[in-house]
Amino acid sequence: MSSQASDSRPGDRSGSPPVAISVRNVTQRFGESGSAQDVLALDDVSLEVRRGEFLCLLGPSGCGKSTLLNIVGGLIKPSSGAVSVNGKPVNGVPMPKDIAFVFQESTLFPWYTILENFRIALKFQNVPKAEWDGRAMAALEAVGMAQFAQHYPTQLSVGMRQRVNMARGICVSTDILLMDEPFAALDEQSRMVLGEDLSILLARTGKTIVFVTHSLAEAVFLSDRIVVMTARPGRIKTVVDVNEPHPRSPDFMLEPRFGELRNDLYAMLRDEIRLAMAAQREQAGAAPR
Amino acid sequence: MKRTALTARLIQLAFIAILMAAWHFSTASGSISKLFLPPPSAVWDAFSRLVVTGQFWSAVRVTLVTTAQAYLIALVVGAGVGYLVSRSRFLTDVFEPVIAGLFTIPITLFFPMFILFFGIGTGSKIAYGASYAFFPIALTTIAAFNSVEPHFLRAARSMGASRREIFRHVLVPRTLPVLIGGMRIAFVICFASVLGGETLSSIAGVGRNIALSAELLDTARMYAWIVFVVVTAVSLNFIATSIEQNAAAKGNVS
Repeated sequence: MSSQASDSRPGDRSGSPPVAISVRNVTQRFGESGSAQDVLALDDVSLEVRRGEFLCLLGPSGCGKSTLLNIVGGLIKPSSGAVSVNGKPVNGVPMPKDIAFVFQESTLFPWYTILENFRIALKFQNVPKAEWDGRAMAALEAVGMAQFAQHYPTQLSVGMRQRVNMARGICVSTDILLMDEPFAALDEQSRMVLGEDLSILLARTGKTIVFVTHSLAEAVFLSDRIVVMTARPGRIKTVVDVNEPHPRSPDFMLEPRFGELRNDLYAMLRDEIRLAMAAQREQAGAAPR
Repeated sequence: MKRTALTARLIQLAFIAILMAAWHFSTASGSISKLFLPPPSAVWDAFSRLVVTGQFWSAVRVTLVTTAQAYLIALVVGAGVGYLVSRSRFLTDVFEPVIAGLFTIPITLFFPMFILFFGIGTGSKIAYGASYAFFPIALTTIAAFNSVEPHFLRAARSMGASRREIFRHVLVPRTLPVLIGGMRIAFVICFASVLGGETLSSIAGVGRNIALSAELLDTARMYAWIVFVVVTAVSLNFIATSIEQNAAAKGNVS
């Protein structure tokens, strides 16, 4: 693969619209308003994701970042506001032709072999049967897992499963990939290695990625832009640019600017994390016994 | 692993051997009346005389067919009701405790009503067995479908799976091992209920013959029937258990 010299990602194709995802004034409320369960998860969030960029949603737990991702992917219908993907409105209906999700590795179906997991994903997306095995094996090849096609997920380690799970998200030909804390169950070392592989893989495919994470290092290492969110109700606090071409090498982590960025992010997040923790304590205290 | 399984089998066989020996010696010593418990040899004699009669096989057929019919009804109705109830949180909250509560009522108390409604023939036994087996099937179906992890459903939905595809490729393979466990328990209950019903009041079947032998004080014959039922029940359970183990969640995509 050729490394990109410019700051722009190979996904910046001429001809396609420059905005892949547009989120306008999205507000999400759970539970009936005024009731005890009433929670304002997202408060008037607006955001544009450029085509071919890697965007991270970073914030304290419970800030609504996964909710935002599910709204973009059509798994949740927002209480108000609008989302459009590739110029088409998303209104609580998944758009498997445009968007693929990568969740945690535990979403591989344990009753199917790895190859069958790919087949079923392609079947769900109405890909012709003749293409299933070719595309599945190509995707497994890309993550170096082809020899495990006949294994069941439980026969693989967590790291191997997540490698396969990423490939499952990539094998479907969407140009947008939404990743919901895909590495959360992994130990730090596997996380770093998988992150590197992901960066290489994505530089090749030029997909638009929205990635939800808790990890500051992961956010800096992978993203073109990092959206920092506030504690609940989730709002956008700030957006940080990371000017580093993909694919990124582990050397990037050793550069002083990597540490500076991470420290800046931590400084921004610290107050929000404290607020989120205080809110959780309050909620636990108010909960009926 | 292999060795422990072998040891377990040996202990089980030894247990049966001890039981048989205890039976033999307790009757041989005369400490138990031969009328209440005939020696194994007498029971064996009665059994070998019994199996050659046409009456034996017709009774077995009646009981097995009745059990199969009762079980099929329980399976279809129980799984159907269970699935429908499991589809919504509200329906589960309303009906799951109702079904679980009804299951604690001894349906035996209503057996005379089954006779009144369905007659003394096999109809009452089918209804009785089906009623008893309905509950474990409905309850395990509700529990199984409610325990499907939401992240599997979310993943399937995000890939554009239709409701039908989610049912076939996520819900069924996920719930099957649990469902088969419930079906096995329901079968045991169904078989026992049909036999019990036949013993209480009927004109044909294995249970009827056991009751009749007891009334005629032909205890050797009665025990011969009982031994036959035990062997049948153990074999059916063995078959069901191996099906259960083989069904340990393997799917097939086509």
